[in-house]
Parts: sequence; structure tokens; C-alpha cells
Amino acid sequence: MAQQKLSTRQYMILGLVSLCAPLGDTCLSRGMTGLPAITLAHPGSLIAAVFTPWIGAGIALLIGFFASYLTALSWADLTFVLPATAFGNVIVALLARFWLHEPISLERWAGIVLITLGVGFVAQGPSLTERPAAPAIDEAAETAIELEEEQVR
Amino acid sequence: MTIPYPAAQPGFWAATAMIAAIVLTSTAGEVLTAAAMKSIGDLDEIRAHSGLKGAIHAVVTCPLFFAGVSFLALAFFALLFALNHLNLSLVAPASASLTLVTNAVAAKFFLKENVDRRRWTAAVLVCVGVYFLAH
Repeated sequence: MAQQKLSTRQYMILGLVSLCAPLGDTCLSRGMTGLPAITLAHPGSLIAAVFTPWIGAGIALLIGFFASYLTALSWADLTFVLPATAFGNVIVALLARFWLHEPISLERWAGIVLITLGVGFVAQGPSLTERPAAPAIDEAAETAIELEEEQVR
Repeated sequence: MTIPYPAAQPGFWAATAMIAAIVLTSTAGEVLTAAAMKSIGDLDEIRAHSGLKGAIHAVVTCPLFFAGVSFLALAFFALLFALNHLNLSLVAPASASLTLVTNAVAAKFFLKENVDRRRWTAAVLVCVGVYFLAH
């Protein structure tokens, strides 16, 4: 199978997919834990939660994530794009360690190593499953010719 | 600033149901969205030919995309609901790591993606890694 090479722009889009998702989720978590408990009896309060600042910021980041995620899915497999989403957690953990000087437990370092290995595995393979496009076109062309012949008759 | 802790922690089955709801709806949403984007074609190429408006038009006129977004919206509200009742340290690793595996299975059977040994290994490594990292 031929390897599908990604351009710098495509790597940048995967980078956006990685960063926006965990940052957005963190904002959502911060916003939701700050709210009083929501029950199924009052689902309307979930809608009201959308307009609070932390949830709003989280949604803005997740819209950025979704736009880049859709673009990535248009040229790469789902099983190729998904590990990129998980890699964002590694970036956030490393930022927390080296920028905010937060301690990282041995368990978390193990998580960082495993995700990085997993992403490395996927990134070395093809980004898109190759489909046998030619026979499908031939079949379509044959059907069109048959239809034309029938019409002539 | 301290963040208030969720009032009462739900039981095991309630927590499982909340996480299962997130995993199932987000898997359905992601598989449908991926199928929609594959049927539309390379968005970068569409944008080069017909501009950003053309690309947005191609996406929003695809019925599969709306089916996918509907499930993703359900997954989003299921996540908000779960975060309101459970700790992030449980919801995030459990839903994220389980979704990776269910997506790999769904991508193989529904999207006919070539999920070879390399991708299975990656899915399992990332799944365990996410659990360790976020737990």
C-alpha cells in the first residue's frame, strides 16, 4: 500500500484538532462543576449552562476543533485522526508540567509515553485506506453503456 | 478560587449508564460524520475550487453530516450531564479511552477502513495511555 504523505498544512490542521479538544473539554469541566446539580427533571438548565463564560469559551474552542476535525476527516481515516485528538492530552500535560510547574505522577508519565507511542505507530502508516476506484468506474461506465444501448433499441 | 465538588456521587450502574451513553452516541456521531466527509471529498480541494462558501455549502447540504452532528450533539449533552454528576477524572478517561476502541471497531465494520495490526496496537496503546493520563 502506498504511503499517503501529509502536507505541512495538513499537519497543522491535525495540531489544531489535538489542542482545541482538550482545552475545550477543560473549560467545559470547569464551567459544569461550578454549577448546581442538574437533574433530568429540569433539562432546560442544561441549555442555560451554555451561556455561562467557561462553557461559552469551551464551546468556542470545540467549534475550532470541529472545523479542523471535519477538514482532517475529509482526507484521512477516522482511525488515523482519532489518536491525534488523544495526543492533545499529552500536549496539555506537558504544558502543565513545564509551564505551570505542576507535578506529574509516574502513572501520568506512563500515559504520556503510551499515547506518544500509539500516535507514532499510526503516523508511520498510511493516512487513508486506499479504495479500488478503477473497477467501480469501469462498472459505472459499463452500466451507462448498457443503458444507452437499451435506449437505442 | 475553589471549585465546588458535585453534590452527591451516583452509584456504579448510574455512572456506567452515563458513560455508556457518551460512548455510544459519540461513536455513532463520529462514524456518521467521517462517512459524510468521505462522501463529500477533500475539503481543501473544494475550498481551492469554490472558496470557503463552497466548502461550507458542500458540508451543510450533506444529510449524513446532519445525522452525525445530531448524535454528536446528544453526546455533548450526555457529557455535560455526566460532568455535573461525576468527577472529570472518571468521565474523561473512561469515555475517551472506550470511545477510541469502539470507534476502531465501528470504522472497520461500517467505514471499511483498513484497521491493520498497527492501528489496533495504536488504539489499545492510546486507550490505556488516556486512562493513565486522565485518571
